[in-house]
Amino acid sequence: MSQPFYFYTGLSLVELTGREARNLQDLLLGIESLPGSSIYYHTHRFLLQHHYMSSEPQNDFAFWITDVLQEDLLGERIASVDIMQFACIRDLRERFIEIIEDFLKEGKELRMAPQGEEFHFMKCRTYMLPTHHEAHNLEQFAEVLQQVSRHSLYFHIFEAKLRLEKEMNDFSCWLETSLGEKELADEIARLDPYTYTLEGLRKTIYSLIQKRIQQKAG
Amino acid sequence: MAQLKEYIPVVGQSIIDELYLLAERLEGKTIQTVNSTAVGGGVAEILNCMVPLITELGVDMYWDLIKGGENFFNVTKKFHNALHGRPEKITDEMLDIFMETSMHNVNNMKMNGDIIVIHDPQPIVLIKNKLPDAKWIWRCHIDVSNPDRKLWRFLKQFIMQYDGCIFSAPVFSQRLADTETGREVDQFLISPSIDPLSTKNKEIPQETIDAVLEKYNINKDKPIVSQISRYDYLKDPVGVIEAYKLVKRYIDCQLVLAGNVASDDPEHDKVFSEVSEHAGADPDIHPLVIDPAHNDIEINALQRASSVVVQKSLKEGFALTVTEALWKARPVVASAVGGIPLQITNGYSGILTRTIEGTARGIRQILQSPEYAKRLGENGREHIKNNFLITRHIRDYLLLFLTAYHKGDVIDLSYRGNSGNS
Repeated sequence: MSQPFYFYTGLSLVELTGREARNLQDLLLGIESLPGSSIYYHTHRFLLQHHYMSSEPQNDFAFWITDVLQEDLLGERIASVDIMQFACIRDLRERFIEIIEDFLKEGKELRMAPQGEEFHFMKCRTYMLPTHHEAHNLEQFAEVLQQVSRHSLYFHIFEAKLRLEKEMNDFSCWLETSLGEKELADEIARLDPYTYTLEGLRKTIYSLIQKRIQQKAG
Repeated sequence: MAQLKEYIPVVGQSIIDELYLLAERLEGKTIQTVNSTAVGGGVAEILNCMVPLITELGVDMYWDLIKGGENFFNVTKKFHNALHGRPEKITDEMLDIFMETSMHNVNNMKMNGDIIVIHDPQPIVLIKNKLPDAKWIWRCHIDVSNPDRKLWRFLKQFIMQYDGCIFSAPVFSQRLADTETGREVDQFLISPSIDPLSTKNKEIPQETIDAVLEKYNINKDKPIVSQISRYDYLKDPVGVIEAYKLVKRYIDCQLVLAGNVASDDPEHDKVFSEVSEHAGADPDIHPLVIDPAHNDIEINALQRASSVVVQKSLKEGFALTVTEALWKARPVVASAVGGIPLQITNGYSGILTRTIEGTARGIRQILQSPEYAKRLGENGREHIKNNFLITRHIRDYLLLFLTAYHKGDVIDLSYRGNSGNS
């Protein structure tokens, strides 16, 4: 008997750290010293708050560097960091530090943010809760996928992998280990979720599952 | 008063289900919340909506008011202005008046909730009643990014005794660490919200809108530019008139300034008289004081009738009037202050400005480009739907209450004890 998939949701509360940056040196210091939940928040906030708006969200660091400090080149480098390639926040943090340090080594004069446009470091506290939904097979999974909140979808795809440091997203893991659907699991794991809106991602995963259901039905 | 099930068509079943999941984890806890007025102003509006809904979720929550006379509220109004960074001389006598009423409330109010949420400076001294096991949160609705230092130092002695603070925008965040013990007061970012089903925000028929326009002699065939706000210097109603005059050079439009009176706002009459003076004899400027008995429906109608909604505040806590206008898919031109940039992405879901001239330019852009105006309004509504409705606000509060009992960055509230999916 295969293990059912229990749908969870992840709900976050934003915390203010009271720390701010006025220039790149301050930003670097914050990235180096603040908790991982701060790095996570500033690289993922946009996904939930503006999930309907566009894919390819910019992280807060890149946005501030480009829009406020007007260091376009560095902003692009930070925005282009491919978060999917990182297994944990620690490594992601190191990558940001490396890029900013390299830039600072060039010895350019530090640009200051105008008053009122400082970077405010925040972090998030996330609560994981089981919903009342579960799925025992592909058909049920597809059905429930359409009903769960965007927080649930977000939790299983983004939080599970990067924050809980699982090898892959929860959906792919269950499809492979419990249903033996390795090909489908790989297809979902290969998606770059950062390039979708959340509803776009939901539709794409649903379509892949439906395709597989039809294939099995022959 | 709407029930939770009525929000399902607006936000979806799954969002309401999540509120129940959180509420279950607060079983047996009592939440007490305190502010200074039951009617008028954004705080009272939110609490009037939020308290019954949280109660419906099964969480025991009740709402108390402090008492204060005219002198007390005159002082707290000055506090409000000074915290917003407006020049106000805060005298020792004012602090004495504040403390006298505050101590009367301290001695006469029963503070027995497990979690106590205190709104704004007026009731802040109630922390003196803190019992060891209770969790106290100070909810600051004011822009304290540049507060009067003397007043902030005075209030900080109380703030530091709280377990946590809530601010409406990141820029209001403060260093709240005890220099001797190193203890830091937790700070949370919780934006306010509107109730989409309230009289002020629900859909209304065109006949209702027309009737309100007729009542105030507003021409429904001429574009309406409006600012809906209390008559308060920080809302800069005179600046709005100046912006309107710049627009009027090119476009024949009307200006509606509409506000009500909150019981804790003694400055209203003075500002209103200055506004009327600036309006002069222009028949297209309508400075209105809305009768509290009809306030919500009339504000709803005026916002919906507006071609452009303006919020030219000099300082803001959050600006729920912006939220209301965006929810009605109105194009908004607003100052980039306080919580407004959280609501408006410039050029995408509204226009952000910093000057009278910029405000006038934004209004002209919108009045002359109906398609652009429509797009701004639609994007604005979607943003509000996802981030600033009462259901999101309730979720944040429930999460906040849970912080009193759970530490850590990722907290598993599973009855199964793990995430359930290997």
